[in-house]
Amino acid sequence: MFELIGIPPQALFGQMLLGLINGAFYAVLSLGLALIFGLLNVINFTHGAQYMLGAYVAWLLLNFLGINYWLALILAPVVVGAFGILLERLMLRKLYHLDHLYGLLLTFGLALIIEGVFRNLYGISGQSYPVPPVLTGGYNLGFMFLPLYRGWVVFFSLVVCLGTWLVIEKTKLGSYLRAGTENPTLVQAFGINVPRMITLTYGFGVGLAALAGVLAAPIYQVKPTMGADMIIVVFAVVVIGGMGSIMGSVVTGFMLGLLEGLTKVFYPEASNTVIFVVMAVVLLIKPAGLFGKAS
Amino acid sequence: MPDTNPELQLEVSDLHAHYGESHILHGMNFAVPKGEVVTLLGRNGAGKTTTMKAIMGIVQKRGGSIRFEGQELVGLPSNRIARLGLAYCPEERGIFSSLNVTENILLPPVVKPGGMSLQDIHGLFPRLKERGYSQGTKLSGGEAQMLAIARILRTGASLLLLDEPTEGLAPLIVQQIGDIIRDLKRRGYTILLVEQNFRFAATVADRHFVVENGVVVDWLPNDQIGQSTEKLKKYLGV
Repeated sequence: MFELIGIPPQALFGQMLLGLINGAFYAVLSLGLALIFGLLNVINFTHGAQYMLGAYVAWLLLNFLGINYWLALILAPVVVGAFGILLERLMLRKLYHLDHLYGLLLTFGLALIIEGVFRNLYGISGQSYPVPPVLTGGYNLGFMFLPLYRGWVVFFSLVVCLGTWLVIEKTKLGSYLRAGTENPTLVQAFGINVPRMITLTYGFGVGLAALAGVLAAPIYQVKPTMGADMIIVVFAVVVIGGMGSIMGSVVTGFMLGLLEGLTKVFYPEASNTVIFVVMAVVLLIKPAGLFGKAS
Repeated sequence: MPDTNPELQLEVSDLHAHYGESHILHGMNFAVPKGEVVTLLGRNGAGKTTTMKAIMGIVQKRGGSIRFEGQELVGLPSNRIARLGLAYCPEERGIFSSLNVTENILLPPVVKPGGMSLQDIHGLFPRLKERGYSQGTKLSGGEAQMLAIARILRTGASLLLLDEPTEGLAPLIVQQIGDIIRDLKRRGYTILLVEQNFRFAATVADRHFVVENGVVVDWLPNDQIGQSTEKLKKYLGV
């Protein structure tokens, strides 16, 4: 029946899967950005570099210490998250009382420095990271072939996003976070150590970026520019979803990934721009974003 | 006022506070005895709210001394101050819109034993039980004020700072707030109240301090408020 619209099902589903995988990265990355923006009011431009760092830490762990993918999935976010905590403590913290723009400039500068250092160390051609042995191969689903690792990425990203959302919406810690996003001064006056909560939230958001980096390592090349390529699209996702909206960023991430995949099937020329077209339309019609609240 | 008196729960001496470049408090002096309801009366902009915020550490640029149960608060961040047993109910109420009513009540952490249970709070504020799942900002002004007060009763704090709890409320609700403040006093809470409405203040408080331009210019016990009405009217510009 798919022949009716002139698209072989293999191509259609194949592109949808690719779109879903991109969407998974968009979702995990924009989730971290939304969390950070919500509580810190900082537009974390270093996010792409931190994603790249996650991939590189996994690659370094494997090649120099023989530490496998599964451990890297835990270790890399912890290492990169700790680096994020250091950045927050030493630099970002000093900018909270200033305009958003200063945080953006600082994190943008840091992104360039980190990317430059890795470009210097590893060149731009990129390293490959092997798919972990238990996830090699795939299943023939009849209408398409599903590579196991790609299925894992989509599944695991969904779990991470859902888990984060549950913690924020359903736990005590999450209520501190939501309240702190609205009125940090009052939350602190109730006895909660808000500065520490801010530090840990930044660390967690950065850890999410690194996690996405580890997930991406076996699919894309591990290379210094991988974050810069990704971050622009992720910012578009965040704008479309609504700045600071947790659910919005996750849903929008997956939807836009799919949309991008479908565009590749039906009108490949537009696939690189479709997200930005959507962004422009959303900004014109609903400037706060699809899930954002107008302030 | 004596230097250290165990009966004084809060002693504020020569308190100065700044917002950025502007110097708001110019040496406030007053004290709150344990178990009393004490008001700060004064016009808009006299420095009453700033005094509250300076006590809570929300205004960090402050000098002089604020002693709570003998411990110095100047220099401590607001989260440490709250942990000592002070709780703050801001003028704008500060109800969190992303939390429902019950989540709002449960938000402030318990800092000392002896606070009210959720059940006690629902007994005192039955409306808040009915509206438990409503979003924090879907409440009427009166309900929001009740919630803002209810929220700080669970924590075990013994000194409550209430900033204009009657502002903008209908007379019937103001009466209810008065009942609640008297009830809280009976339960042993010490209360520092900021008010512009001295007629309301007279129905709940034990003593009043008059604030003008960032200093305390006068004080009187509540039983003298009758003969001082004219003087108070002049201070408050009503």
